[in-house]
Amino acid sequence: MAALICEVVYRGIFQKNLAARIARGIVLSARKSGRWGIAFGRYGDSPQRNGIPAKDFAIVADSKEELEQNMARYEPKHTDVTIVLDDTLAKGVESWAWYGLQPINRLTVPHGTVLMTSLQSFDELLKDIHKKDAIYTLALVRARASFSGLWVYREDHTEVRILGALARIAPSFLTLDGVGQAIKEIEWGSDLKVESAKKAYGRIETREVKITEGSAEIPFSFGLPKWWEMREGVTIPAIPVGKPKEGGKGYVPERNPYFKKYTSRTMRPVIDFDKCVKCTLCWIQCPDSCFDVMPDGTYDANMEACCGCGVCEAVCPVEQCITMVNESLFEDNASQWEMWRTDKDRYQAWMAGKIGDKVATVRSHGFRFRGQYEQELKRDLDTGGVEITAGIPGENAQHKTV
Amino acid sequence: MAVATKAAPAAAEDKELLISGSEAVAEALTLADLDVVTAYPIRPYDTVMQAIAKKIANGQLVAEYIVAEGEHSQFEIVKHASTVGARVFCGSSGVGWAYAMECLVVTPPLRVPMVCLVGNRALDDPGAFGVEHNDALFVRDLGWMLCWIDSSQEALDTTLIAYRVAEDRRIFLPCAISADGAFLTHSQALTLVPPKEKVDTFLPRYNRGDLLLHPDNPITVAPQANEDWVIEIRRQNDEAMKRASTVIEEAYADFRRVFGRAPDNPWFEEYMTQDAEVVLVGMGTISLPIKVAIREMRAKGKKVGLVRLRWFRPFPTEKLVAALSKAQAIGVIDRDYSMGSPFMSGVVANEIRAAMYNADRRPPLLSFISGLGGREVTLEDVYKATEMCYGAAKAGRSDAKTHWLGVRD
Repeated sequence: MAALICEVVYRGIFQKNLAARIARGIVLSARKSGRWGIAFGRYGDSPQRNGIPAKDFAIVADSKEELEQNMARYEPKHTDVTIVLDDTLAKGVESWAWYGLQPINRLTVPHGTVLMTSLQSFDELLKDIHKKDAIYTLALVRARASFSGLWVYREDHTEVRILGALARIAPSFLTLDGVGQAIKEIEWGSDLKVESAKKAYGRIETREVKITEGSAEIPFSFGLPKWWEMREGVTIPAIPVGKPKEGGKGYVPERNPYFKKYTSRTMRPVIDFDKCVKCTLCWIQCPDSCFDVMPDGTYDANMEACCGCGVCEAVCPVEQCITMVNESLFEDNASQWEMWRTDKDRYQAWMAGKIGDKVATVRSHGFRFRGQYEQELKRDLDTGGVEITAGIPGENAQHKTV
Repeated sequence: MAVATKAAPAAAEDKELLISGSEAVAEALTLADLDVVTAYPIRPYDTVMQAIAKKIANGQLVAEYIVAEGEHSQFEIVKHASTVGARVFCGSSGVGWAYAMECLVVTPPLRVPMVCLVGNRALDDPGAFGVEHNDALFVRDLGWMLCWIDSSQEALDTTLIAYRVAEDRRIFLPCAISADGAFLTHSQALTLVPPKEKVDTFLPRYNRGDLLLHPDNPITVAPQANEDWVIEIRRQNDEAMKRASTVIEEAYADFRRVFGRAPDNPWFEEYMTQDAEVVLVGMGTISLPIKVAIREMRAKGKKVGLVRLRWFRPFPTEKLVAALSKAQAIGVIDRDYSMGSPFMSGVVANEIRAAMYNADRRPPLLSFISGLGGREVTLEDVYKATEMCYGAAKAGRSDAKTHWLGVRD
C-alpha cells in the first residue's frame, strides 16, 4: 500500500469539528513519518443539517505524486479505513447527495477496516451493518457517539483515541510515536491526550467479518436522469396531496420518494397509543410531517419520514405517551400502530422494553436539559463504566476534567 | 412546432405615428396585451416606463403596473409573475441593470420568458447618461437572448418578435432588447403601428404549460441542488439557446407574412456589402453615421459596406462568417470595452475574431472603440477607420492593436 485512504462518517453539525480534527490528525500523524497528506470534507454536505450523515476524508501517501493520484477525484471511491463516529450509522448512510442508502462498509476495500465508536457488541452491530461481498475487519473503540469538539461540550479525547486505534490498524502509515508527536507537538500539546491515544491503541477490539455476516437488506437506490429527461426551469414535481388511511378514515401524506430519512435518526419516538389523547400537537409540530393519522384518530410516526428530532416528545402533553429511544434498539422500520392494533398486550410488552431501557432513552443528538451530558459522564464514571473521558477513576486523576 | 398564423384581415391598416424608440416599445406592449410591468426609474429606461403609464392611464392597456423599490425587486417581481403565466415586461439602464444582476442571473435557468428593454447607458463612474453597450453585455454568457436595434420601427417590431420567440415553449428564455440611450430612446421618428388584429394573428397567448406555477400543476421551482444536477441544468439552457436560432428565423418569416415587413436576414443588416472591399461592423444607432459616411466614400469610388449586427445572442456565427469573409478587410467598431481582453479590444471585435477562427478565408480584422459615454461617432471617425482598413487590406494582415476613435489625444 502506497497510500492510506480514510473516510470519517459522522453526524452533521454535532460531530463536524470532531470529524475534521480526526482527518487533520491522520495527516499530521503520518507527516511525522515523512508522508504527504490531505484532509478534506465533502463539499456537497455543506450546509450540513443536524444529525444528517456527512463525511470527511484523509488521504496520506508516500509521495506527492501518489497523493495527487488520489486527489484527482471528487471523493475517494474506496477507503482503506472507514471511521464511524456514531454506531447508529451502522444501518447505513443516506445524505442528500447519495441517492439511496449507502451501506456503511460500501467504500471499505476487501481486507480493509470499519473502525467505529460503540458500546454495542459485534453481533449487535452486525445485525445492522449490511453484508459485504468481501472480508473486512470491524474494529471498535469503546465510546458513546461523541460531541467533543463542539465548544459547548467537554473534551472526551475521542479524536486521539481514534488516531491511536488507527496506529494499530495501519502501522505502516501511522506509528504510535508519530501519533503521539502530532498530538503533542502540532495539534493539541497535551500529554494526557497522548496517553489516551496509547490506551486506545492497546484496547482496540477487532473481529474479522465474513461475507455471510451482516444484514441481508438490499439497500434502496435510484439512478440520476439524463439532462434531457429532467424537467426544465429548475422545477420538480411538488409532493402530491395524501390519501385517507383505510375506509376513508385517517390520512397519510405523500412524501419525497427519493429522500428517506431512515438513517438520519439517532433516536425514534415510541408511542403509547393507549395514552394518546388525540390532541394533534405531535402531528402539527413535526417539522418533517412524519405522522400519519390513523383511522382511530391517533398518530403513528412513519419511520420513512422521521429524522428523530424529538419535537413530538417535547410537545406531547401526556406523560410517557411519546418517548424517544436510541435507534440502535430497533431492527426494522415497521409501523408501531399496526403492531399495537394487532396485539395490544404484546405491544405494551415491546414498548416497555424500549422505553424502560435507561441507557437508550437518556440521550439523543442534543440534550433535554442543561448539564445532562455532565450527569451522564459522571454516572458512567461512578459505575466504573466505559472510559469516555480523560478522567477515568484511578487513571490520570490529577488531570481529571470532570 | 411552429406556431400557425392566420392571414391578416384585409381591412386592417397600419397607423403612422411620430414616436421615440421607447414609445414604440410601449405601443408594442399595448398590442401584445401585456399583463405585468414593473418600474423603477433610471434614465433613459424611464422613458418607456412613462410611455406605458400613459397607455394604462388612457385606458388603452389593462396591466398591473408595479413600482418597485429598486431594480433588484423590479426584476424579481416580473420573474414570479411570469411563472404564474403573466406576460411581463421590465428593463433598466447602466448601473440599474447591474443592481438587478442577481435576478438577471437566475432568470434564464428558471426559463422565464421575460422581455426587457435596456436603454443602453454608460456605467458609473463617472455618473453619465450617454450610451455604452457594456450594461446589456453583462448577461452575454448567461442564457439571455440579446439584440440591438437602430430605429423606432425596429423597436416596435422587435418587441413583438421577442415575445414570440421568448414565449415559445422550445425556448422559454429571457430576451433583452438594447436601445441606445438618447439616440433611440429620446428621438421620435415616423413609425408604422400595426392594428391589434394583425398582432393577434402573429403573437399567441403566453402559455406556461408544464412549468406553470399553479395549484392545479403542483411544482417546486428552484430547489437547492448539488454538483449532481447543475451541469445538466446548464446543458438544458444551452440546448434552448441553440434552438433559439431556428425559432428566431421562424418568427421573422411569420412576421413578414403577417405585417408585410421584416428583413430576410434576422441576424444582421447588410448595407452595400455586395461588392464591398472594406466591411465595417457595429451594433445599434452607430449605423447612422456609418451609412452616411459609406455613401460619401462610395461617391469617391471607395467600395465600403456595413454589417449592423442585430442579434448578439444567439450569435449568428455561420451567417456572419459567410458575409464577412468575402471582404478584403473588416473593421469592427465597438461601443463598449473589454479591459484586458485579447488585443484590448471591444467585445464584438473579439467575438468576431473567435467566430472567424475556423473560416477558410480570414480577411484582416481591425478593432476600433468609439462613441463611449454617448460621444458622437463622426463621419471623420468612420473615414479614418476605413482608411486603416484599406491599409490592412493592402498589407494583407491585421494589426494586433485596438484603435480608439474620437478620443482627445
